Amino acid sequence: MRRSERLRKWEYLLVEIRVPEFSLVLMIGASGSGKSTFANQHFAQHEVVSSDFCRGLVSNDENSMDATADAFALLHYMVGIRLKRGLLTVIDATNVQPYARKELLALAREYHALTVAIVLNIPVDVCERRNEKREDRNFGNRVIRQHVQQLKKSLRGLRKEGFHKVTVLNSVESVQSVVSISREKLYNDRKSVHGPFDIIGDIHGCYDELVTLLGELGYQINSVIDNTEQERTENTACNYGYDVVHPEGRTIIFVGDLVDRGPASPAVLKLVMSMVGSGSAYCVPGNHDIKLQKYLKGKNVSLNHGLAETVEQLSLETETFKDNLKEFLYSLISHLVFDDGKLVVAHAGVTEDMQGRGSSAVRAFCLYGESTGEIDEFGLPVRHNWAAEYRGKAKVVYGHTPVPEAEWLNRTIDIDTGCVFGGKLTALRYPEETLVSVDAKDVYCEPVKPLESTISTLSHQHSYDDLLDISEVTGKRIVQTRLRHNITLQEENSIAALEVMSRYAINPKWLIYLPPTMSPCGTSQMPEFLEHPQQAINYYRKRGVSKVICEEKHMGSRVVVIVCKNADVVAKRFGLVTDSIGVCYTRTGRNFFTNKELESQFLQRMQSALTSSDFWQEHNTDWVCLDAELMPWSAKAQALLKDQYASVSAAATHSLRAAQEALESFASRGISGADRLLDKIGYKRDAIGKYTTAYRNYCWDVTGIEDYKIAPFHIMATEGTAHVDKSHQWHMQNIEKLCAAAPELFRKTIYKEVDVNDEVSVQDLIDWWLELTLTGGEGMVVKPLDFVVQTKKGELLQPAVKCRGSEYLRIIYGPEYDLPEHMAELKQRGLSRKRSLALREFALGVEGLERFVRQEPLRRVHESVFGVLALESEAIDPRL
Amino acid sequence: MILTISNTTVPATDLGFLLHKHPDKIHTFDLAVGKAHVFYPEASESRTTVGLLLEVDPIDMVRGGGRNLAGRGFSLGQYVNDRPYVASSFTSVALSKAFSTAMNGSCKNRPELVDQRLALEVQISVLPAPRGGETLIRKFFEPLGYHVDVEPHILDKNFPQWGNSKHFTVKLKNTVKLSELLTHLYVLIPSLDNDKHYFVSQDEVDKLLARGAGWLREHPAKDQIVSRYLINLRSIARQAIEQLTEQAVGTEPEGNVEPPEVKERRVGLHQQRLDLAVEKLVASGATSVIDLGCGEGKLVRQLIKHRQFNRITAMDVSYTELSKAKQFLHWDEMAPRQRERLDIFQGALTYRDDRLSGYDAAALIEVIEHLDEDRLQALERVVFEFAKPKTLVLSTPNSEYNALFDNMQEGSLRHDDHRFEWTRAEFESWASMVSEKNKYTVEFFAIGEIHETVGAPSQMGVFTRGD
Repeated sequence: MRRSERLRKWEYLLVEIRVPEFSLVLMIGASGSGKSTFANQHFAQHEVVSSDFCRGLVSNDENSMDATADAFALLHYMVGIRLKRGLLTVIDATNVQPYARKELLALAREYHALTVAIVLNIPVDVCERRNEKREDRNFGNRVIRQHVQQLKKSLRGLRKEGFHKVTVLNSVESVQSVVSISREKLYNDRKSVHGPFDIIGDIHGCYDELVTLLGELGYQINSVIDNTEQERTENTACNYGYDVVHPEGRTIIFVGDLVDRGPASPAVLKLVMSMVGSGSAYCVPGNHDIKLQKYLKGKNVSLNHGLAETVEQLSLETETFKDNLKEFLYSLISHLVFDDGKLVVAHAGVTEDMQGRGSSAVRAFCLYGESTGEIDEFGLPVRHNWAAEYRGKAKVVYGHTPVPEAEWLNRTIDIDTGCVFGGKLTALRYPEETLVSVDAKDVYCEPVKPLESTISTLSHQHSYDDLLDISEVTGKRIVQTRLRHNITLQEENSIAALEVMSRYAINPKWLIYLPPTMSPCGTSQMPEFLEHPQQAINYYRKRGVSKVICEEKHMGSRVVVIVCKNADVVAKRFGLVTDSIGVCYTRTGRNFFTNKELESQFLQRMQSALTSSDFWQEHNTDWVCLDAELMPWSAKAQALLKDQYASVSAAATHSLRAAQEALESFASRGISGADRLLDKIGYKRDAIGKYTTAYRNYCWDVTGIEDYKIAPFHIMATEGTAHVDKSHQWHMQNIEKLCAAAPELFRKTIYKEVDVNDEVSVQDLIDWWLELTLTGGEGMVVKPLDFVVQTKKGELLQPAVKCRGSEYLRIIYGPEYDLPEHMAELKQRGLSRKRSLALREFALGVEGLERFVRQEPLRRVHESVFGVLALESEAIDPRL
Repeated sequence: MILTISNTTVPATDLGFLLHKHPDKIHTFDLAVGKAHVFYPEASESRTTVGLLLEVDPIDMVRGGGRNLAGRGFSLGQYVNDRPYVASSFTSVALSKAFSTAMNGSCKNRPELVDQRLALEVQISVLPAPRGGETLIRKFFEPLGYHVDVEPHILDKNFPQWGNSKHFTVKLKNTVKLSELLTHLYVLIPSLDNDKHYFVSQDEVDKLLARGAGWLREHPAKDQIVSRYLINLRSIARQAIEQLTEQAVGTEPEGNVEPPEVKERRVGLHQQRLDLAVEKLVASGATSVIDLGCGEGKLVRQLIKHRQFNRITAMDVSYTELSKAKQFLHWDEMAPRQRERLDIFQGALTYRDDRLSGYDAAALIEVIEHLDEDRLQALERVVFEFAKPKTLVLSTPNSEYNALFDNMQEGSLRHDDHRFEWTRAEFESWASMVSEKNKYTVEFFAIGEIHETVGAPSQMGVFTRGD
């Protein structure tokens, strides 16, 4: 009867087991105890990794015992990968031996996963009976009994082995009583809190500075009654006399090290504890705070590094306060993750693979940072610069190591500006990312090591960015872009780009943008045209664009020009210590000018034009990146013009004349049959003549800097903005102002706005284009009015298509390309790859520029620019 | 392109018999890319002229399905191309197709004409002769008895400063058998043009030997003719010369204008550089070594022979060079034990690279001068601050020595891709500065024969890490 009673009791007691959201769960139980059934019932399919399944994978037999070693190697590998990726994982294996658990616990530690044991402590006879029923199991009861014995031995010590949570189910009934397993968020998970925040650096008892800083930040500090010695209702938080509010509802985050060294640690603690209690602040612990907590717990800690002062100051406080303080310090979580994972705060910082995870290693890192074990000349531990290697997406705000100025490095920022050492107390406003500081009123403590005050012209980030790491550009890469999501760069293209980049390109710090390739318009159906404006218009009209802008295509070389207001800006914004005030580079990142002197003169002319046109004030910037055409083409392409174009012209002219003479002699002998050949030669001579005229348009003599003309067509970026959100009218109008300021340097771009649905407007454009190209113009570029256009379906449109003149095409497709038979063949051209390439390059180019404007680390900018270069190595007909 | 051959030996009309082409018709032949037309601008007793007009379709050349003549690194890849207008290997093909019997020295109807020496005149409009020009044309034709008249052409009359084109209108006069004249043209035109519309392969040697039978062996410029004819295969060229002369060839064929890099090669300077590098690397006691900028792997091949090195790595930024190195070192067929000692990968010395650290020694042989001077700082940090080999062997040209190279204009550099060349003082000051900054010591060595005022052609610094 006893037995049935117990049964009934379990029937009504429904149990829920709670496991941390990210943890490694070990099922522990003898064979036949129902682990697999339990795991499969309560966890999702892919969360359960079974040893039997692994045995099967490596041996085709789920019961193969001689496959044990390989099966577990595989199991550990799979579990390791899942944990690396932050996935809860359940291990369905007997796990009854301590060494089996030990290996898995080590694996969990490696990936900072919490560990849970779910023990199925089922009577041996039940297991035996179940086993006998299974046809695929052939091992005897001896094995099961052994399992059960091992399990019994293990039961008591499981917590000690290191499991964060142990649940033992002692009967079949209790196993059945488990109705669900719920997932608990980790304590550090504050992802749903979005701010805005003000994050405050190491205070170290500098109460006055803290109050001043809070005031500067706009917080109101009101005195209230200290309620800690009074009777409180359950819902009333402890308050030590402070009510701090921000009118805009901002929240404070303290990075820890509230105490020690400074004059008023208890006051600081009271303020912080009141704020945390009322929910107006968060706090992560610093190493000093934890040491104080140990002291309060009665542990034997040495009273050095400023703890003695704190202890003395605390001696005036009540025992209740000290008890509350002990509890408060104990409750602090090593690091906190805010704003959907975009912001992480930890006292000494935290690496990407530790964020949002929990282990003693994570806690130690957050408190003490990473030291190399070495001791420097001041007797201080040598710290490993984890931030230099940080590649995470989340921004990490930390303190711990005093620095003269808070500076970003790879999305991390140390805001401990050494207030207690006479520096300042700094707050970082988030998401604004502005810094607010108040100077220390005094030097409360002499630093062991003087604050590094080596005055460097370059910021941390710029100094760090002096060298990029090769692992960040090689191999197959996927770049995320705003305009076109993920763009894949194939390894072979990266290989090519690496060579070009390192052999020919300028310093990557200058390379903030590379322009995309441009597709021609669709091939014309008209017999005498390969390209015609109608096709360019059709492209946009079909895709719902109603107005386009058509700009004259200049006959020069594509360049990107960066000009700074002065050399200081070059150091401050581009991180280059040089006497140049800018750069002028080609589509592939090479210096346009090979002559330094010429480049310098050119940039100075640009600079004074920008200054005299009030460009700097108008755009509130001290640098600009322009996308432009630099003329003449012959300045850069002289060799090509001579060796290719003129050479063909010279050869053809003389050869065709001789051929014509010979044929005429033949005809003069009175024999017919030469007419067709003579006609053909006549056509060829005519074609060569036109071709010669076409290339000569590109040549003018360059003797000095005055002979260079530049025609900008995009103001790509100025401080704070990539101007891809502006219309092309905006670009043209602003560039016109520049041109007016220095007509001797700039060449204006003639353009037309066209309503694609208005036949008169389109015809007007066609006439204009014909006139332009028949007099030797290269052609035009047709763009939608907006810089970036996406259709309703989300399709990104070509940012521009070119429509090249019939005469110009002679120097692309050869002098005789317009013979009907040649034209027919040339019209068989596919544009889809070229267009796809143009879009990918456009998205990457804009991405790089936007990253630069957001002041992201160079590697993030370089990744995009490198990507454009990599894509350029794809084999596509260069004549398109 | 038009080539005319005139006979002035009376009766000049015999030319028609010899060529098997009726003088009152236009004869047209299909070629791989275009057509050849044969006709007679003159046909009198005193002077008969035959014209060979080539009509090459440049677009067909690039796009023609299946023929795939483009994209092999030849100038043919361009639509804008001089091929339709110049005498080239197409002309040889056309000659052999249109005048095959005459070239082979047969004439069914008038066999007695075949061996008759005729007063013949040739005009070629136009003939390209890059890297040699008029001198080369004379050098090729005059030893065969031709009177040569060369008319140069200006590139563009609007831009006289651009100078002359590589194309010439060439007139040749000689009293020879027609078959001889045709074979001369067959060989010498493509050789002067120094380009090919097809990939040169082994059977090209046979063609050359057949057409050159009886005259090429004695030609004083035969080496140059052969090597220009077989443009892209140096080893084939050497084999052809060996077959011609029936003896081994020691020196490589020389061009008329010899670039300094070639000259460097001839004096074995590079070998001396490698020898010294190996000597210093061995002496350093290193067991692991990385060749930064290995090129085609010449240094690595020498290092492998030394048992002392159990880990040898070859790195270069150029994937093409690395592929060559793999071939040169027989990477794919290498025995596992040897391969264990060797690693090859692409890298760039302007990027920090963990793979470069952990070596006892490193070599930077003729590398730094290929980097823009303002990017040299990156290399310094990558090599001296991060890779940090205990020993570093670094060589670079000594620009002072350039004065001793012929054909080198002042201020020019030994190689197209050199960005700078340093004097001994410049190199030593840079090396000392870098050493001091990175706690290295450096010793300098001269490479090649030392001239009393300008020093040796190349220089080396051996850097040793201080700790």
